[in-house]
Amino acid sequence: MNVQLSYKEGVLTAFLAGEIDHHSAREMREQIDEAAQKHKPYCLRLDFSQVPFMDSSGIGLILGRVRLCGFWKGHVVLCGLSPQLGRMVELSGIASVAAIERRVS
Amino acid sequence: MRPVNQVQFHFPSNSVNEGFARAAVSAFLAQLDPTVADLTDLKTAVSEAVTNAIVHGYRDRMGEVYITVKLFAGGKAVVRVRDKGCGIPDVKQAMEPLFTTGGEERAGLGFAVMESFCDSVRVTSTPGKGTSVTLTKRFAPKG
Repeated sequence: MNVQLSYKEGVLTAFLAGEIDHHSAREMREQIDEAAQKHKPYCLRLDFSQVPFMDSSGIGLILGRVRLCGFWKGHVVLCGLSPQLGRMVELSGIASVAAIERRVS
Repeated sequence: MRPVNQVQFHFPSNSVNEGFARAAVSAFLAQLDPTVADLTDLKTAVSEAVTNAIVHGYRDRMGEVYITVKLFAGGKAVVRVRDKGCGIPDVKQAMEPLFTTGGEERAGLGFAVMESFCDSVRVTSTPGKGTSVTLTKRFAPKG
């Protein structure tokens, strides 16, 4: 399984693992959406700390979840971004629709 | 200028091959002793180009994706990703950030990422014949 999900008190956390591209994003999306539609969390945390590589399919994945959670006024938080993922996120300008939690070191 | 080394390979436009394609290019580029950051940049650009070929070039059918990697003296790498798919009617429009025909789950950032992570990106396309994307990046020696 490349997505581990945990739900607690309105917060759904999806721990993503492995490379994110157009191929893997599809499966991740299905797993996240199934849990998100069930719980309708006010906060969806996407944890990227086990993602060594991501192309712009990852941005599509994030944007789609922002849109989905918007239906019940939930928001999306991104955490565990490596410098490579951080560059991709920065380039996309996605920070205007999803909060970014800095890695605590 | 003649390349000092080169490799060519092709594979069917099955999305599971996206990971193979960027890993294969990456493995070939290792002989340049690149920094991790430079290598990841080109790997990301290749992933975008291959995804475009699969998602857009061969939107209605399976086909072959052709990759050529050429290395030149001084650390310059040129990667060409080619498909024989439907082609792009308006290349200029396709390269605009956020433009996409790929639906809601596509961010429309493919070409923006390629341009940002490479030194140059050249796209030639003929509707009905296919598209060729040429990515060029110079790898500075480490240290």
